[in-house]
Amino acid sequence: MPKSILIDTTVCTGCRGCQVACKQWHNLPAEKTKNMGSYQNPQDLSFNTYKLVRMNEQIINGRLEWLFFADQCRHCLDAPCLETAFDKNAIYRDDATGAVQYTKQTKKLDADEITGSCPYNIPRQAPDGTLAKCDMCNDRIHNGLQPACVAACPTGAMQFGDRDEILELAGKRLAKARKKFPKARLLNPEEVNVIYLVGFDPSLYSRYALADSTRPGISRSVALRRMMGPFARMIQV
Amino acid sequence: MTNHWIDIKNSDCILIMGSNAAENHPISFKYVTQAQAKGARLISVDPRFTRTSSKADIYAHLRSGTDIAFLGGMIKYILDNRLYNMEYTAAYTNAPFIVGKDYEFKDGLFSGYRKNDKGPSMGSYDKSRWAFEMDADGIPKMDRTLRHKRCVFQLMKKHYSRYDLDTVSKITGTPRADLLKVYSTFAATGVKGKAGTIMYAMGWTQHTVGTQIIRSMAMIQLLLGNMGVAGGGVNALRGESNVQGSTDHCLLWHILPGYLKTPRASNTSLDAYNAKWTPSSNDPMSANWWSNYPKYSVSLLKSFFADAAEKSNQFGYNWLPKVDDGKAYSWLDLFDEMYKGKIKGFFAWGQNPACSGSNASKVRKAMEKLDWLVNVNIFDNETGSFWKGPGKDPSGIRTEVFMLPAAVSVEKEGSITNSGRWMQWRYKGPEPLGNSRPDGDIIMELGQRIKNLYKTSGGVFQEPILNLKWDYETDGRYDPHKVAREINGYFTKDVKVKGKLCKKGTLVPSFAWLQADGSTSSGNWLYCNSYTEKGNMAARRNQKDAPNKIGLYPEFAWCWPVNRRIIYNRASVDPKGRPWDHKDWVIKFAGKEKNGKYVSKKWIGDVPDGGWYPMENPDGTKRGDSKYPFIMRKHGHGQIFGPGRADGPFPEHYEPLESPVEKNLLNPHRINPAAVVYNTKIDAHASCDPRFPFVGTTYRVSEHWQTGVMTRPQPWLMELQPEMFVEISEELAKMRGIKNGEKVKVTSIRASIECTAIVTRRFTPFTTGSSTIHQVGLPWHYGWRWPAEGTETSANLLTPPAGDPNTRIPETKAFMVNVTKI
Repeated sequence: MPKSILIDTTVCTGCRGCQVACKQWHNLPAEKTKNMGSYQNPQDLSFNTYKLVRMNEQIINGRLEWLFFADQCRHCLDAPCLETAFDKNAIYRDDATGAVQYTKQTKKLDADEITGSCPYNIPRQAPDGTLAKCDMCNDRIHNGLQPACVAACPTGAMQFGDRDEILELAGKRLAKARKKFPKARLLNPEEVNVIYLVGFDPSLYSRYALADSTRPGISRSVALRRMMGPFARMIQV
Repeated sequence: MTNHWIDIKNSDCILIMGSNAAENHPISFKYVTQAQAKGARLISVDPRFTRTSSKADIYAHLRSGTDIAFLGGMIKYILDNRLYNMEYTAAYTNAPFIVGKDYEFKDGLFSGYRKNDKGPSMGSYDKSRWAFEMDADGIPKMDRTLRHKRCVFQLMKKHYSRYDLDTVSKITGTPRADLLKVYSTFAATGVKGKAGTIMYAMGWTQHTVGTQIIRSMAMIQLLLGNMGVAGGGVNALRGESNVQGSTDHCLLWHILPGYLKTPRASNTSLDAYNAKWTPSSNDPMSANWWSNYPKYSVSLLKSFFADAAEKSNQFGYNWLPKVDDGKAYSWLDLFDEMYKGKIKGFFAWGQNPACSGSNASKVRKAMEKLDWLVNVNIFDNETGSFWKGPGKDPSGIRTEVFMLPAAVSVEKEGSITNSGRWMQWRYKGPEPLGNSRPDGDIIMELGQRIKNLYKTSGGVFQEPILNLKWDYETDGRYDPHKVAREINGYFTKDVKVKGKLCKKGTLVPSFAWLQADGSTSSGNWLYCNSYTEKGNMAARRNQKDAPNKIGLYPEFAWCWPVNRRIIYNRASVDPKGRPWDHKDWVIKFAGKEKNGKYVSKKWIGDVPDGGWYPMENPDGTKRGDSKYPFIMRKHGHGQIFGPGRADGPFPEHYEPLESPVEKNLLNPHRINPAAVVYNTKIDAHASCDPRFPFVGTTYRVSEHWQTGVMTRPQPWLMELQPEMFVEISEELAKMRGIKNGEKVKVTSIRASIECTAIVTRRFTPFTTGSSTIHQVGLPWHYGWRWPAEGTETSANLLTPPAGDPNTRIPETKAFMVNVTKI
């Protein structure tokens, strides 16, 4: 049973405990940032920043809303990056957890092709071309721990568990949220293992909150491989 | 907190005002979120839309420093619309008390005012003018129908009749509709069985009227019957993990451990001291718990001086330092004296006054006058390095500075007491790094060396030092268990108490056993019961809830007093002992009943505030063997009228020392007539000065802590909030031609600092009458010492030299500034 994470933005306070917990667990260096006129920092995901709370001030229905969106890899059920790479030494899925993993071998991939394939604009490359993103704290999960970001969340906005449990919880949370936020919805719940619950139009939180159909997506060669299905996998071995 | 963190989940309406809990107490939002999930309403009142406001059902903005006007309007709304809990108000509060004829409120002054031209206190009151009228037995006269024209209830009604919506809206800048929304939503908790809570912090305390802001809310909570109940109370969110503990153990100058009074010079003997500070009540229904004062003071003296404290020498009372009558020794006063060159040495222990002190330039200048300064901290900071800070010439500063590296919290064992009064034991993790040492070790050795110096070299008035009990070491190291046992206290000889033989040296089970004859010792009576013969209560970790299932977890850690998780809880039941709230009840009377009368005593739930019978039998007859629920008050009633405050028995709106308005719309006094305003050359202030047209305030953010000494050296946190900023509205930015992210200068009459402008919709201008008032805000986390390339950016260089007359806390939450493009 794959694992899933629910991120209920309607109860997220934007404290960014998750963002720091991620850096701490992965021992990632801090970026040298500047205040650009917002609390959000760094400005974007990077090779050293797998998780970023995006912050947006929006007037909705005449009321000011401060929207927090803890952006990270969705660990898609059918991951375009994985299929595009077509190299399980570089990108593979841990079948025990469903987590999509990147290795140092990603350096050998066409980085633009991989990042372009992601409908959520997540993977980022190092200057040497190596790619990185959230690994769902796969090592923690195998040792009976929750992902670091989930463990750090003070309000319970982030929940972790087996996919069916999380889907059930997401449904319950959604029903509750709709009372306060009539337009509340789950983002691509059938396609991803990191499921967001938002109270308003997803595009107000982040350009790539919903899967973006205008992104290059998977290339022709990948589509072809997909059609060839199991045969293609055989030739890879 | 009268209640505790977990209890927030029991609330029906949470008012967050004077605090920003989502950002500065993030874990509290676990319980706020749980309450909201159960349908509770969350109200955020703040000059600026914060991360707390982002989760609120109702947000209202108000101009900094106008909270009493806002809350006074709520009192009027509750009274006008009869939304108070009449039964509770009449039975448990002092609303029925008749106030003497000498009481008067006229033209912004209460009766008994004396102006003080010398300063720093601007004036004081003769509080005897506010006394209650007594009957022939010396018991306050009361009218439980609340109709007498001089009863507290009617005086309150008259006092707040001026706080109508229009006036309040003009002062606060809060739109009328928002005021009404907040008032009606919160006042709805006056219904029996509903509970409203307040979460406040420094946004309320740090004003020249800070104490009275909190009093206003306490009055509201009493009127609505929200004191003592689950999900109610008046809850101060403490800004540091152990502020509650350090206050309980006398961090402040005016108290000894357990809120005993610091002796005044006029308290010339132990008897005189006890007589002065022990309240007496002639009312047999008043428990008047402080009548036990001598038991606690003598037990404390026994703890200080052990066997040297005897009845014949007044248990060493004369060895205690005394403060001069009428003189204050608060933080602001100490630095004032230091600035005047009257203080020679200074231990800055776990603090950073060069950044945290209001009008910080004065603090930094003051430290130049010292002979020596000892900085005890985990990192060097702006205080330890003040002599090489911006604008300082090290060659001209003679202060000798010592740095003592301290161990961090996880490197030592001991307890902290959290905001909810829970004393929680912590175990030691790693060994302290390098030559850093636990604070306990440092202070033990300091004490030993001072004692040895007196022993070998003599000195004036040696007794206090030589007789001080100082044996809290094991194998030459500070032993936190020995200190914890000392705080709890023990019997000093074999004695029979309550018919039970207590052996010398055994730990006292609770403060009810403490004695005034020297047979008991206790370092803090409030903590007596925390470390007993049953063990270290603070180390308990049982996660079983109490039978009422409201999250009391009575065997997890320990809570003062006597593990009572919600104080004033006897007000959570009606006079017959039945909970107002049948679902989330705190305590209930479970004694046997016979023919309409209670015949046996038993309470269940939380530890009750005294185990007496309820005030009435089931058949409605009054019982003479009961006590009023507010046992710490002399007359046993919650104080709607507060005759002990320095600046009046009812809160009244006055403007901050520095404000944008010429006139107080409620009375002719612009600022609190009893405010404390310092007046040396460096204590400049400016009100309604066109050079400083905008209201300024300071605050914290989630990503940093206090002056940033623990967070600015942390790269992951600096990544999130890298530098000093000022938040301004889009309207103000347009007026000044400032773009988002640009560098600007923020200037008060005292200093000027460079910041990055965050232009945001989260600040909007206030419309007050025909004028528009802009407000800006700055975090006070930054300084020049960290990061290494840092520049001068301490917000407290801007803040004013004034304080509250009751606490002398500085007014850092409202002052005047200018913002200009660089």
